[in-house]
Amino acid sequence: MAGFDKVVSSYEEAMAGLEDGMTVIAGGFGLCGIPENLISEIKRKGTKGLTLVSNNCGVDDFGLGILLPDRQIKKIIASYVGENAEFERQMMSGELEVELTPQGTLAEKMRAGGAGIPAFYTATGYGTPVAEGKEEREFDGRHYILEPAIKGDFAIVKAWKADRYGNLVFRKTARNFNPLAATAGKITVVEVEEIVEPGELDPDHIHTPGIYVNRLILGTFEKRIEQRTVRSDA
Amino acid sequence: MALSREQLAQRVAQELQDGYYVNLGIGIPTLVANYVPEGMEVMLQSENGLLGMGQFPTEAEIDADLINAGKQTVTMATGASIFDSAESFAMIRGGHVDLTVLGAFEVDVNGNIASYMIPGKLIKGMGGAMDLVAGADNIIVTMTHASKHGVSKLLSNCTLPLTGKGCIKKVLTDLAFIEIKNGKFHLLERAPGVSVEEIVKLTDGELVIEGAIPEMKF
Repeated sequence: MAGFDKVVSSYEEAMAGLEDGMTVIAGGFGLCGIPENLISEIKRKGTKGLTLVSNNCGVDDFGLGILLPDRQIKKIIASYVGENAEFERQMMSGELEVELTPQGTLAEKMRAGGAGIPAFYTATGYGTPVAEGKEEREFDGRHYILEPAIKGDFAIVKAWKADRYGNLVFRKTARNFNPLAATAGKITVVEVEEIVEPGELDPDHIHTPGIYVNRLILGTFEKRIEQRTVRSDA
Repeated sequence: MALSREQLAQRVAQELQDGYYVNLGIGIPTLVANYVPEGMEVMLQSENGLLGMGQFPTEAEIDADLINAGKQTVTMATGASIFDSAESFAMIRGGHVDLTVLGAFEVDVNGNIASYMIPGKLIKGMGGAMDLVAGADNIIVTMTHASKHGVSKLLSNCTLPLTGKGCIKKVLTDLAFIEIKNGKFHLLERAPGVSVEEIVKLTDGELVIEGAIPEMKF
């Protein structure tokens, strides 16, 4: 690596420095746009006691779900979980701490974390279990709760295309939480399907500027589909 | 007769207006897309980051990078746009979505809604539901009026953990179309062949009945 070149050549190098007890923010929605090889690398490393911030927690044998059997996740902050049996077992037994967070609040927490905003007021969750222990305030007759931002020691991100400088382009709904996660990591690691030379991406079409990206790696992806739904009249 | 799932969707579809941006929850709300009136343009928002959701793909069109909030493979309608999750919820929280349709376990006379958790049984999370109910002005809740055992889901006070407080104004059940105002349920319409008495019997919260209650039309 030299200058702005963010490309690394191995997954080991990509996740170097990840230690027990760290917080990792992951992009993805369901199994769509998840950094699947970076997750596999965390499994291989065997890092434990992690706090994971991700909209979901994968399925039993794919995505973040693969970190469950070896008890690598201590706590997960997510909006919708329980698509896998091991997750449910660990949550019910208290082995895994789960902080359910509304999806929009979760996205905004990442955005705020990456933008230097320590907390924000939102109407989402007012008067619900989510509001417990949080400051409440009224603006123009409406009730809001104060939600703290989230930052990660690492952010793991999946993009479609990048140039060597780490400028990123996402594809379709695989974008989801990825651009937000990218801003909120002290070390942001991105895996992509294609890496081009600087100047080859139209600057007007870049979704995430390279300033947020620390390491970039070229991967191959399974892209498993969670709910394969087709129309019959075709 | 209680409304079928399809009839519930059909009745909700009558509330659509040309040019509406609409967010449909999982389950019955999703079916509303099948009943958009001819000649009317409606754009569906999927909170994972798609405005202009199209129909399900053919086998050849399937794309792992293109799903809806229910994680189903979908296509994009003409004029669709894609954005990240924060932008998606900026639309929702900023009140830019014209109509939101979602399901619930319980609603009460104060417009409270419980839809995401049954302690000890179902703890999967709220997904985007808390954002949707807090951010939208025009929300229709679709649900069955009572449980299989005849226990009302339209209550004086919700018993389950809340998804949102004081945010629901319209509820369509398999028996009735109800408005919530001033701390009371108001009966607007009844399902064809369902009597006012039947609805009263299965409504736990205070229900106001003014004049003759019309049957829903399909």
